[in-house]
Amino acid sequence: MVKINGQPAEAAEKTVAQIVTEQGLNVQRVAVELNGDIVKRSDFDKVVVKEDDSMEIVNFVGGG
Amino acid sequence: MTREEYFNALIERHGKEAQEKFINATVGIAGLGGLGSNIAFFLARLGIGKLVLADFDRVDVTNLNRQQYRVADLGRYKAEALKEQLLGVNPYCEYETHSIKLTEKNIPEIFSECGIICEAFDKADQKAMITETVLSDMKNVILVSGSGMAGTDSANKITTRKVISRFYLCGDEKSDIADGCGLMAPRVAVCAAHQATAVMKLILGQSPV
Repeated sequence: MVKINGQPAEAAEKTVAQIVTEQGLNVQRVAVELNGDIVKRSDFDKVVVKEDDSMEIVNFVGGG
Repeated sequence: MTREEYFNALIERHGKEAQEKFINATVGIAGLGGLGSNIAFFLARLGIGKLVLADFDRVDVTNLNRQQYRVADLGRYKAEALKEQLLGVNPYCEYETHSIKLTEKNIPEIFSECGIICEAFDKADQKAMITETVLSDMKNVILVSGSGMAGTDSANKITTRKVISRFYLCGDEKSDIADGCGLMAPRVAVCAAHQATAVMKLILGQSPV
């Protein structure tokens, strides 16, 4: 299992981009931390999440 | 009013120990709209030693419903118009202005002196951009971001949360300007006050949450 925002999820072997999209989120509007390190947007398609990884997805909304 | 008289008055309200920490701090504000202009006023009133203020935009009439500008400021760069007002509130702190668009390339340089940066953009993709930049390229800097303050929902829904290391998020994280719910001065100011409070506590060595 992978932990996404503290919740267990079946997401191993998927890319960060796939996971973000499957959550219904826009890759341009999120910040992602994987095992304590920020994943750059340019790497979302390359980084593959593994079993027991811990991922935080911050989804931003507009207004300020 | 001398500098000494001014700071003695701040010390009377804030205490000597806190005021010394405030005076020695440098804080960046990225975006000077509804969040950033309010945050800047709060931090100037605390007596933060130096504020780095950045926004490429000029004051528009549609800003006046929630941003700290005046009719007389229309058409001026926000950074310049804001600096003028901040000098009127606290003439003894330093205000460095940058009227250029912030990018992943220039953010580390513009805010290089800042231990804390407030993200105060209005577009979600720009909020994501600065978060990625600060957390990956500015290793010792703390980011305090605002997301979710649109609409007319309760002010009590706006909170401060530590999301990941060196990153605090203020807002309800849901109310999106894209949903057409508008941006109202009091609710935007509540979020700005959350961000300014988080900055204050970080400078004092306290946890913001």
